[in-house]
Amino acid sequence: MEFHQRMTALSTTTDAGLVARCREGDDDAWEELVRRFSRYVLAIAQQAYRLSPSDAEDVFQEVFARTYERLGDLRNDEAVRPWIAQLTRRLCIDRIRAGARESADPEALEAGVDDSLDQLDEALSVQEAMLAMPDNCRDILDRFFRRDESYAVIGTALGLPSGTIASRISRCLGKLREQLEGRERARPTS
Amino acid sequence: MPVPRHEYEMYDEERIGELLRAMPQAPEAWVLTAARLPATRRAIEQIAALAETDATFRSQTLEDLEGALARAGVEASPALVEHLRDRL
Repeated sequence: MEFHQRMTALSTTTDAGLVARCREGDDDAWEELVRRFSRYVLAIAQQAYRLSPSDAEDVFQEVFARTYERLGDLRNDEAVRPWIAQLTRRLCIDRIRAGARESADPEALEAGVDDSLDQLDEALSVQEAMLAMPDNCRDILDRFFRRDESYAVIGTALGLPSGTIASRISRCLGKLREQLEGRERARPTS
Repeated sequence: MPVPRHEYEMYDEERIGELLRAMPQAPEAWVLTAARLPATRRAIEQIAALAETDATFRSQTLEDLEGALARAGVEASPALVEHLRDRL
């Protein structure tokens, strides 16, 4: 299978399936795992704990180094997401304590973090729902919301009249909302 | 009786846009460094294995850890240099 096709197939693999492949030594699966959680790890470090870019980079690399080393210890492959979140939180706190805020009160360090993480978990669910979207929708939503590109820039890049971009974005958002609501309905209630 | 989450919490477009913006992309260089971890670790293990059987190679490597990593095709970072030192 060609590299692109393989990565596309991996992008729709479940978290648990990805972990199993990583454990078997599949480098492409590892790359997909890094890409899948890279935004999440960075957002926890920078938004929830407000680390500097330099500290955030160190934590980012350490999270994936430890994930790589300890993937075999994971008891439930489906729990890789909270496991990575917990690892990132611990490393962020270690980093803050090792720095100028060494004497910081642990409770103060965690203040507001749970709320931030709830928001980031929800954002990660949106990211996962995006994976199930057609390529053209994923591309246009990514350009508009994440890269902050204007209608004109998107139109030029995709070869579309800029007057049609707004309606395409709206249509794709509608599809994404259907995806999200479908996932929400399928989720077991506790 | 509380209403189940999915019956009242539907996503409107504004909320989806907000959530899409909530997680900006990590710098590609960071992602690539992490993605290359398996290959990097294999290269370090190969250096360590050779150093175990060849004392001269081991001392040369210890003298120039960054160079050893570069010769193995690995871009050295302080963490990787430390990791190689630990392995030797």
